[in-house]
Amino acid sequence: MAQLKVLVVDDEAGIRSGVARILNNFHVTYPFMDEDYTFSITEAATGEEGIEIIDRDLPDILLLDNKLPGIQGVEVLEYVRKKNFDIVVAMITSYASIDVAVRAHNDGAIDFIPKPFTPQELKTSLEQITKQLYLRRITNTLKVEGRKVRFQFLSVLSHELKAPLNAIEGYLRMMQERQLGDSLDDYASAVERSLQRIESMRNLIMDLLDFTKVSFERHLENMQEISLSDLVSMAIVTVSPYAIHKDISFNTDIRHCGKIWADSNDFEIILNNLISNAVKYNRVGGSVTVTVDCSEDEFTVSVADTGIGLNADEREMLFEEFSRIKNEKTRNISGSGLGLSIVRKVVELYHGVIKVESEPDRGSVFTVIIPKMQVTNIQS
Amino acid sequence: MVKNSFTVLIADDDPDYLFQVAFYLRKAGYEVVAVESQAEAEQVIQKMKPDIAVFDLMMESDDSGFILCYKLKRRYPDVPVILATAVARETGVTFGLSSEQEHEWIRADLYLEKGVRPEQLDQEIRKLLKL
Repeated sequence: MAQLKVLVVDDEAGIRSGVARILNNFHVTYPFMDEDYTFSITEAATGEEGIEIIDRDLPDILLLDNKLPGIQGVEVLEYVRKKNFDIVVAMITSYASIDVAVRAHNDGAIDFIPKPFTPQELKTSLEQITKQLYLRRITNTLKVEGRKVRFQFLSVLSHELKAPLNAIEGYLRMMQERQLGDSLDDYASAVERSLQRIESMRNLIMDLLDFTKVSFERHLENMQEISLSDLVSMAIVTVSPYAIHKDISFNTDIRHCGKIWADSNDFEIILNNLISNAVKYNRVGGSVTVTVDCSEDEFTVSVADTGIGLNADEREMLFEEFSRIKNEKTRNISGSGLGLSIVRKVVELYHGVIKVESEPDRGSVFTVIIPKMQVTNIQS
Repeated sequence: MVKNSFTVLIADDDPDYLFQVAFYLRKAGYEVVAVESQAEAEQVIQKMKPDIAVFDLMMESDDSGFILCYKLKRRYPDVPVILATAVARETGVTFGLSSEQEHEWIRADLYLEKGVRPEQLDQEIRKLLKL
């Protein structure tokens, strides 16, 4: 028997005690759950009081009235979401305006319980909520049980390497069996798609190679004097066919900072990745601005785009290996999820840091700062 | 057997895989509703009841297939679901429906590795639809 903590936030004492009475003797059971769930109820009359209880005694389930004397229910919900608490929230409401409903839904409310409700209605909602909670926690357990990294590593290999092979094989079989017609023209899009899949697979393989390369130690014999401005120009040339295709213009603001002592491969990886990302995740007709600057102690390279940008959650996972931001906007952009983790690794080899500032739909700025001292140290 | 009275809902974020599977299943005589994301699949489920569903595991999120499975079964407990993915064996995370426990919470009726030949998929669908 497991117990779930339910917090009821409602300014009507009658509702609160009603919920407590109904749920005190209620338990949820399903064949696929290990054990039955019962409920312990805590009550709060205001949103402020609710937040206090949430902070102190993290509940599992939150039943939330929207119309409260102080802060509103949706604001409590927003707080829960911002803090990333693992709480399932259902709104209790006498009238849910579309506006409130949409806001609440976007902030993660999973259910609406109409007020007034019958004991049966409340129980049915709690059943659904409990099931959802159970499922969510099982998925989370899978993620944290040390399997995550291995899972990501292998899943990217499976997904990103096997998927294109499957797709290409599928198209070849269609041709072999003349599925789409007898003329070669009938297969134009199948051929085109196959070529695209091969291209993205090649990019992944290149990224994987880069990734293994930077895992090794620096080799002194590869160190040489390099000019950041030359490498920036080269990276821009490399990506320009793609940039022309997307009608993206480049601005550069390069202060002459003298040469730095480094392995030019490393800086090619950094610049190529940042600049090609700035094109890849840009809008058609957008621009990319590359700035190189230096102070007495450090070199600063920044790459700014006018593209899809990132929200706070996305920014956080951005540099993790094999993490790819999956959303509507990136659906048709292929990538290995390796590029930025490689960049970070390389930057850290030079004791530098990489930062990102970003705003969804406005664009992102990636800034790499490399201490000059470190660069000299490698020399000695 | 009249397959075109049966509607298959397929959700997969790989447009090529989706195109190919939909092509073969239509050719085999099914009605096919093909969508590219978990979100679209959820909309379809709101509007219609398919006779069977084939979901990719990883779409917008790593567990999109599980979530769809759960949502579909909640609405239509009798509709069979096939979960398909390219990930599995190699990851060490096997989502096979072998153990009783897995079977109980995954709620899919069949688990298939991607790259399965279309004839095979047709066969599995027929089995689940008892055709």
